Amino acid sequence: MAISTSTPPDGAPGTAAPDGTGAGAERRSTLLHRLDVRGAPYAFVAPFFIVFAAFSFYPLVYTSWISLHRVELSTLNVMEWVGFDNYTALWEDDRFWNALLNTFTIGVLSTVPQLLMALGLAHLLNYQLRGSTFFRVAALTPYATSVGAAALVFTMLFERDFGMINWMLSLVGIDNIDFENNKWAAQTAISTIVIWRWTGYNALLYLAAMQAIPRDRYEAAAIDGASRWQQFLKVTVPGIRSTIVFTIVLSTIGATQLFGEPLIFGQGPNGITGGADNQYQTLGLLLYEEGWKNYQMGRAATVAWAMFLLLIVLFVVQRLVKRVLARRA
Amino acid sequence: MTTDSIPVETADARPGTVQKKTRKNAPPGGRNRQLFRHPGAGRQHHAGPVAYILLGIAALFSLFPLYWTMVAASTDNTRVTQTPPPFLPGPHLLENLGKAWQDAALGKAMLNSLIVAGVIALSTVLFATLAGFAFAKLRFKGRNILLMLVIGTMMVPPQLGVVPLFMMMTELGWGQQLPAVIFPTLVSAVGVFFMRQYLSEALPDELVEAGRVDGAHSLRIFWSIVLPIARAPMAVLFMITFVHAWNDFFWPFIVLDMSNPTVPVALTQLSAGYVRDQSLIMAGALLGTLPLLAMFIVFGRQIVGGIMQGAVKG
Repeated sequence: MAISTSTPPDGAPGTAAPDGTGAGAERRSTLLHRLDVRGAPYAFVAPFFIVFAAFSFYPLVYTSWISLHRVELSTLNVMEWVGFDNYTALWEDDRFWNALLNTFTIGVLSTVPQLLMALGLAHLLNYQLRGSTFFRVAALTPYATSVGAAALVFTMLFERDFGMINWMLSLVGIDNIDFENNKWAAQTAISTIVIWRWTGYNALLYLAAMQAIPRDRYEAAAIDGASRWQQFLKVTVPGIRSTIVFTIVLSTIGATQLFGEPLIFGQGPNGITGGADNQYQTLGLLLYEEGWKNYQMGRAATVAWAMFLLLIVLFVVQRLVKRVLARRA
Repeated sequence: MTTDSIPVETADARPGTVQKKTRKNAPPGGRNRQLFRHPGAGRQHHAGPVAYILLGIAALFSLFPLYWTMVAASTDNTRVTQTPPPFLPGPHLLENLGKAWQDAALGKAMLNSLIVAGVIALSTVLFATLAGFAFAKLRFKGRNILLMLVIGTMMVPPQLGVVPLFMMMTELGWGQQLPAVIFPTLVSAVGVFFMRQYLSEALPDELVEAGRVDGAHSLRIFWSIVLPIARAPMAVLFMITFVHAWNDFFWPFIVLDMSNPTVPVALTQLSAGYVRDQSLIMAGALLGTLPLLAMFIVFGRQIVGGIMQGAVKG
């Protein structure tokens, strides 16, 4: 930014005005020009990196340092070195393993159906449609609903005594399900909120990728006698592979961070602990409970760091799976 | 008017328009052209009734919870808690909206969210366009590495740094203050990438060169050449960022409190047992969503287009 202000005033925006101004001024203006060409790009990308470094990168790294200390919420500037005590405590804490498992099961329950449904929806939207704009916008509308509002609505739809879902189940002869206290029912309900909010968004990503597939690939497949289903498997899915990987990565990250849905689904006091028996407490909730309910910021940092490790493990696994699959193919 | 003359399969950019034309010009037997087509040409297939039914179900799945929010918000607590649940709106909508507005202190929350989302969206658009322009059209050392870094930052969930971030904000005296929510999200990697993709295609190199020959410095080129060209994607990025910022929950929930909340934070108060009236809870949820819904009704098509555009190469 400083570069732009140091360039000469725009008195002669036309040519560099070599006549009259003299050789010294000319040299100065070429120097400024070169400085501008060299420096401006860095100035333009700098804001992004400065903000990221200050508010994302630095906190992430500092998290690991805090996790080696005992820090209380009321006295944030008092840090007592405890080495790896927080980590051993976490390792021996049943709530951690419970939260890890819940994060994993809710993650699978929400991500797998979500992406499969998105794939199907994208395929449908890829037809020549009347009212295609309506269907696309309708699919994306849940994305405009905040976690807060969505979770409130679904909490009510899943209500045990008067909820709409239980009423519909009763029509087909299924007894009322206690979606709050039954572990798997609660996790399914929470996953439904996630699925509802993100399926349309992912479908649009897939749709965009599908539209970029050259049509002659389909024609070639058709000439080879491939049925529509075969075309979908052999042309469409490989054609949007990179987008599928992208959405898997994004959804996985989202799943490991899950927080708002279970918090609000728990309706208040039970929200932070993820139900009366921690039956749907995720790692995100555990982090919050340690830090802001038990006032142990060091412990909270340890949970955050464990979440980061989990992500890294997941990506290594994903890489390995990809490599094994590639070798087989 | 033979089947041959109808450009059935040449439809490229806008299948919709071509379809309309052929419909108009086609003879009554024009539907038969389906028979002459190759058995399967990808996206050119017209949707059959099954596809419409499935899409209808998908749309219902998407929209019904929102519709029902409105229904529940317009009845009263006794009606909501009866079985079968209500399917049609009742007479109490405005009354409930008014009460929820008071009980959840939504007025202040709305204003806060408007400020937070507005500032974040503005700064994201500005910085993303600047950086996107540099990455797309300016040559500099380390450009590719820096771009890879930008993309890499998308993989780091900001939630992981909340503990130090919280300590930092307390130190700065920003606890419970809006700047604590605004500053960490002033930029977005997705935004930078989005603008880069757009500008590398839409902005001809010659225009930038011409500006240079005319002696314009980089910021001036940005101002008078890039900005006018990038107006449409900037608007889309603004809306998408606005939606994200408005709905952001984890960090605002941690750093703000009920005396100074954003909308999603204020909504948790509705679930936390302060309000037991179910229709009031739904009225609050509806209020908190309305601004974004309004935006979707007006600009839905553009937002959809923007998300798809950002995705193709993403």
